[in-house]
This record gives sequence, C-alpha cells and structure tokens, in this order.
Amino acid sequence: MRPKHAIHPYLLLAPTIAILALFFIYPLFVAMDDSLYRWDLLTEPRYAGLSNYRELAASGALSGVIGRTLGFAVVVVSGSCSLGLGLALLLNRPGRIYGAVRGAVFSAYVVSWVAVALLWMWILDADSGVVTRVFRALHIPTARWLADPDTALWAIAFVTIWKITGYAMVVFLAGLQSIPRSLHEAAALDGAGRLARFRFITWPTLRPTTAFVATTSLIMSFQAFDVVRVMTQGGPVKSTTLFVYAIYEEVFVTFRVGRASALVVVFFGILIVLTLLNLWALSISRRQRKVAA
Amino acid sequence: MSTLDRPTPVGRALRGVGLVVIAFAWVAPYAWMTLTSFKSTRDIVDAPAWPIPSSFRTDAYEEVFRTVPVGRYLLTTLVMAFSIAALQIALALPAGYALAKLRFRGKKVAFLLVLACMLIPPQVTFVPVFSLLGPVGLVNTMGALVVPFAVSALGTFLVRQALLSIPDEIIEAARLDGASELRIVYGILGPLLRPTLAAMFLFSFVYHYSDYFWPLVMTTDDHVRTLPVAIALLREQGTGVRWHVVMAGNVVLSMPILAVFALAQRQIVRAVAGTRT
Repeated sequence: MRPKHAIHPYLLLAPTIAILALFFIYPLFVAMDDSLYRWDLLTEPRYAGLSNYRELAASGALSGVIGRTLGFAVVVVSGSCSLGLGLALLLNRPGRIYGAVRGAVFSAYVVSWVAVALLWMWILDADSGVVTRVFRALHIPTARWLADPDTALWAIAFVTIWKITGYAMVVFLAGLQSIPRSLHEAAALDGAGRLARFRFITWPTLRPTTAFVATTSLIMSFQAFDVVRVMTQGGPVKSTTLFVYAIYEEVFVTFRVGRASALVVVFFGILIVLTLLNLWALSISRRQRKVAA
Repeated sequence: MSTLDRPTPVGRALRGVGLVVIAFAWVAPYAWMTLTSFKSTRDIVDAPAWPIPSSFRTDAYEEVFRTVPVGRYLLTTLVMAFSIAALQIALALPAGYALAKLRFRGKKVAFLLVLACMLIPPQVTFVPVFSLLGPVGLVNTMGALVVPFAVSALGTFLVRQALLSIPDEIIEAARLDGASELRIVYGILGPLLRPTLAAMFLFSFVYHYSDYFWPLVMTTDDHVRTLPVAIALLREQGTGVRWHVVMAGNVVLSMPILAVFALAQRQIVRAVAGTRT
C-alpha cells in the first residue's frame, strides 16, 4: 500500500530501528574493536592487535571451552530431544491426568533458572542432599556431584535436560497433532502394528520437527549460563566453564574486556553457524508440512 | 479410538507406570522444595533426607522477608518485566505495519535488519553494552534493564507475518473514514491481532521476570535489584546448612510465575510451540 505521507513508514519504524541498531548491531562492532585492545575497564585501553585471539588459541583456553561446551551440548540435545519425543508420544492423549502431567513437565521450562538451579543444588548436595542420603542408605556408590570435576558437568547437563525437556515435548506434541488421524487408522486397518506405524508414519513426519527441536536446543545449550553461575561458578577446576560463563568471567572476575570481546566474536561466529543450521531445519519442516497438507 | 487402541492389560499397566514415573520426576522436586521451606534448622541438620518437617514452621519465610526486601525487589522485577513486554508490543505494531503493509524505499533493508537481529542474543551483546553504559553511568538503572529489550526482533517479525494476512481493504476503509495512521495501528490492527499479542506479552513477561543473566551483569548495587538475583544471593551468603531459607526464597520466587502459568498455560504453550510456524 502507498503510505498516506512519504515520511510515515520511517516514523513508524524509527524507534525499532534505533534500538536494534544501538543494542544489537552496534555492539557487534564494538566487540570486534574491543577485541583488539587490552582493557581492564579502569585504565586506558591499549592496542594489542590480534594478541587476544592468539593467546586464547595458544593457551588452549579457547579449544578447552569450545570442546566442553560442545560436549555439554551433545549430551543436552540428545537427552532432551529423545526424552521430549518419548514424553510427547506417551502423553499425546486426551484426559485430565495426561494434561496435568504435560503441564508439570512443561512448567520446569517456565520457572526461572535460578529456582531450578538452587533446587537441584539442594537435592544433589554432597553431604545432606536427598540423592546422596538415599544412595548411601541403599549402599549405592555416590559422588560429590557438583564438587567433583568428573561429575559436575554431567550434573549441570542433567539439570538442563530436566528444565528444557518440556520445550521439546511441546513442539513434538504440536508435530504429532499435525499428523492426520486417518493415516494411522488406514495403516491400522491394513494390519500395521504400533511399532510399524511409528516407523513408517510418525517418525518420517516428525523428522523435520526433530531437526528443528535439535538445532533450537543446540542453540539453547550453547547459551547456557544461569545454571553454571548459580550451581558451580565454572568449577571445580574449570570443568563447568561453558562458553558464556567464560566470557562473563573474563569481564567480571579477571577484568580482561579485550579477551572477553575476542571470545564474544568467536562465540557469535559459532552461533551464526548454528542458527543457519536451525533455519535450514525450519525450512525443511515447513516444506514437508506443506506437502503433507 | 476403537480401530487404533486395543489396550492390553500389560500395555495399560506399563503406561500407568510411565505416567507415575514422569509425574514423580517433575513434581517431586517442587514438593521437596516446598516441604524443605517449612522445616527448621534442626530438621535440616539432623535429618535432611526426611521429607516431612517435624513441625510446619514459617521461620524460613520470616528470615527471607527479614533479610531480603522482597516487596521492593518483586516490584522492581514486575515493573521491569511489564515495561519490557508492553514496549515490545507497542513498538512491534507500528514497525510490523510499515513492514507488512506500506511501500517505501529501504523496506528490504529494514526487514533484513530485523531478521539479522533475531540472530543476536544478549549473551553476545552484554560485554559491549556493559562497556558502553559503564563509563557513562548508565549501569544500575532501570533503563539499562528495560531499553535494550524494548524491541524484540522476533516479536516484530511475528507481528509483521500476522499483519500480512489482514486484508488491505480494512486499512483503506479506515483511511477513508479519516483515521490517522496511529489510530489504524493501535485502534484497529492491534485488536485484530489480540491472540498473537497476548501470547507474545505473556511469553515476554514470563521470560524477563525470570531472567537472571541481564540483571546480574547490568546491576551491581541493590536499588534496581531483581528478585532472581536476590534469591541467588541468598545461597551465596548462606553458611551452607540454611537450605530451608534458600528453598523458602525459591518458593517466593516461583509462585508468581507458576500462578501465571496455571492461569495461562494454553497461551504460553502456543507462544512456545508456535514459534516454529
């Protein structure tokens, strides 16, 4: 449509564009620029060329944090996707009880990370946590879950899966409900059992949904921060220092803004790749649904 | 139902067991949190794994309210979350209208900018934003908490998509009646998109109420502290055995959101599951 006055579209868009430019786009350039300096927020920044990047790469800090975050992401994505799919299949039926259980699982996704993290810290407490006590009473070997470098990241991954599985479940449920019931009925009449129907109807239709849920949870797990900050502060001995926490630590603990900015730039590069993957999954899922419809 | 499901007794029993296990895995932690919050220090020290408090006490809550100005922090958090959600909708409507309905130079660029910003999360911008706001004294203000989120790129995109399906004739008719552009945007298009906007508002409100990351990095003193930051501090200050106090804080923090969730579960689920369509 033709605007009533030529200036109108610009006025309507002005606040949006201004804020996006100022708080999204401009910071990217600031980060790139800051990454070339040494700066502790107090004294004058000193130009340092690419040395921030070089040091991060040479010290192994960068590969360490990328590897750790990737491992964490793989565990969280595979855990929450398979669990979410299983829950969606089991809970995809009418009735009050099913509704209540779906609500309970999804509520964890809505409640704040702080609440979830504190709650599981208490449950997993190495001395008086209920898990430790019950394991001990049953003579099952237990661990200092959050205080042991071998188990801490697993514990964080477990809590993250507990929190975000509700998201996967809800998206899978929407996917399941878009499968026409007649398809299942026709297959059942032809003698297809439950497993055969899953294999030849449900799974192929859900595959694009799965790709979408997986890439979205991948991005979520790369952005994990709250759970680390509250439960372990990156420790013990860096075993839970995930990417965003590493950036945070460089700014607010060691006051190396230049290094933090270099990490931000690398992090953003990784996110772009993950997001392109995500959009690709989304476009396949759309195309497939159009074909189905 | 009839052609598909001939539940065998074994199948039904397995399903029942599955339901119980799931319900336990997701409800028991909340129950544990709530039960712990009514315990006394002695219960926590002597029998931490015994679920039932020796007597239901409100000591922990009294301590939370004594040591944390819950009312003030809650108010700060609610004002912040409400302002963000309201601003996002107030700004997404005119922008979405321009992008969906009006012809003008630079429209493609503007739309691409919105799409690009969907790729940039706060975890990427916080360091530069902090280093920009710090020196000019803008950290520790409500503005630093609200303004960076006043525009949601995703929200703008969703409003634009929703407006595409509204026929131009409605807008033309309103113009013929002499309605101004702002009146068209807020008075006519806004109400037409009510379900979309309601879902967006709720989702944004719930998200920012619970947000820990941004308030943590943008505030260092307590006059704009939000509740999640304060409750997390409860643990850091604790001596390690005062879990009943931490859990009482947790209950206080989670109750408002669980209440909103109970009332508006359908819209929130729609907002979450709907982002893929």
